[in-house]
Amino acid sequence: MADLAVQQDVPESQVYPDAPAVRFEDVSIDFEGKDVLEHISFEVKRGETRILLGPAGVGKSVLLKLANGLFRPDSGRIFVFGYEVSAMPEEDLFRLRETIGIVFQEGALFDSLTVRDNVGYRLMEQHVPDDEIDQRVTEALRFVELEHTLTKLPSELSGGMRRRVAIARAIITKPDLLLYDSPTGGLDPITSTTIMELVIKQRDFYGTSSLLVTHRLQDAFMLVSHRFDKETSTIMQLPDGTTDPSTSFLVLHQGKLVFDGSTHDLVHSDDEFLKQYLA
Amino acid sequence: MPLSSVDAAAKRGVAAVQQYSLLSARSLGNLFRRPFYGADIITQADLIGVGSLPIVILTGFFTGGVLALQSASTLAQFGAAAITGQLVSFSMIKELGPVLTSLMVSGRNASGMASELGSMMVTEQIDAMRALGTDPLKKLVMPRIVSTIIMLFFLTIVSDAVGILGGAGVAVGLLGQDASQYFHNAYQSLQYPDILQGLVKPLFFGFIIATIGCYYGMNTRGGTQGVGRSTTQAVVVSSVLIIAMDFVISNFMIGIFGR
Repeated sequence: MADLAVQQDVPESQVYPDAPAVRFEDVSIDFEGKDVLEHISFEVKRGETRILLGPAGVGKSVLLKLANGLFRPDSGRIFVFGYEVSAMPEEDLFRLRETIGIVFQEGALFDSLTVRDNVGYRLMEQHVPDDEIDQRVTEALRFVELEHTLTKLPSELSGGMRRRVAIARAIITKPDLLLYDSPTGGLDPITSTTIMELVIKQRDFYGTSSLLVTHRLQDAFMLVSHRFDKETSTIMQLPDGTTDPSTSFLVLHQGKLVFDGSTHDLVHSDDEFLKQYLA
Repeated sequence: MPLSSVDAAAKRGVAAVQQYSLLSARSLGNLFRRPFYGADIITQADLIGVGSLPIVILTGFFTGGVLALQSASTLAQFGAAAITGQLVSFSMIKELGPVLTSLMVSGRNASGMASELGSMMVTEQIDAMRALGTDPLKKLVMPRIVSTIIMLFFLTIVSDAVGILGGAGVAVGLLGQDASQYFHNAYQSLQYPDILQGLVKPLFFGFIIATIGCYYGMNTRGGTQGVGRSTTQAVVVSSVLIIAMDFVISNFMIGIFGR
């Protein structure tokens, strides 16, 4: 495995161009003696979007944090762009994370910083000039249609707006991998649709590899049945019977991965749990 | 209590000490690694140092005053009321200045650090910071440790000075002692080991306040209730450790300098 310290001129995501964006190999983790994830193995290929479904409390968020190196597995190995995040020193992880964007369940915005400073946080840490930060923050906020909130504090925003600011913060450095942790959780249907449209736009406009966690089936199926039209800049429904080929599913149940496949395979599965879950 | 519970509690205790040691060591190690968060150190120094100044001045003044009041009457029984200044300066500089200032700063800032970092933990802001490529030990913990150590040192000097003035106010204003005699005794009786003892203590106490506050903050679990629990524990543990460390340092310094 290459040492990140000697790879200054090549983006971390390009050092191993053939490696998948994310790879889990027989990963298990427990908390206080309770098994949360058991023997999880799957892959997210480059440019692919994988939707991780499962009932609440099944370990979906834990899996996402494992992928970002925020948790370490008890056993198994996790690779991101070819780097084994489950064995990397924290110092190297900080650099690898510059290529990963994550949207937390509740947004996790810094409550004492303005929207501008939240979105531009990563750039400020990299000592990017103020003018460039302003320009890139405005651009990212325009993507989520919130450029008028620049000077507001997170407490002055609605739940949906906070989630959109979190998306802007995640995408400002144009990451090569995006991790969404229930981006529509707790939001009303209209706001949820707005958020999912942004996820679709990000997927189809930039082709970013993504892992999206949700327990809302309507969001998952919206993601596979819609596309972003670059010419008209609108979200369009795909023709009946077709789905986005770069988007597929993973399903967690009781800490185990019970499904890994396409939309077609998922809806035609004979598995009793899946039938019940999708009903 | 079943043996397994004792065993589990002991393991938890050892793990907590290990985590605390790691947090402290890594945070201090970060002082010498880039990026250096100088602006955060200044901000924290302002919050911790300047913000604590009013309570430190008030505590120091009244402690010096009551020390003069209580000791003067006892000393008078032996005809030694004239050395009230010496007793006040000795007590303030060697013990009460560092300890009371630290307890005040602990009550104000260890709790503040635990609750602030604890809130950030339970709202995933610390995770977000790590995910955005920033080491929270570098950005949040290191500046708090450095600024608490530096500012507590100066706050203790302020407290000592104000305490001696408070004692003078009582000795001269209420008890009718001679001001020149009070200050002469207060100054002449002091030796360098006394000053050294009084100035070494806040360095250790500052370290205890910041590391304990940050440790409990960074290990907060369980929502707002967890934040409350961390805050209380941070104040209790740092206060007890300050007093225990005071005994250790005093014993050590007396052993070396003989006073």
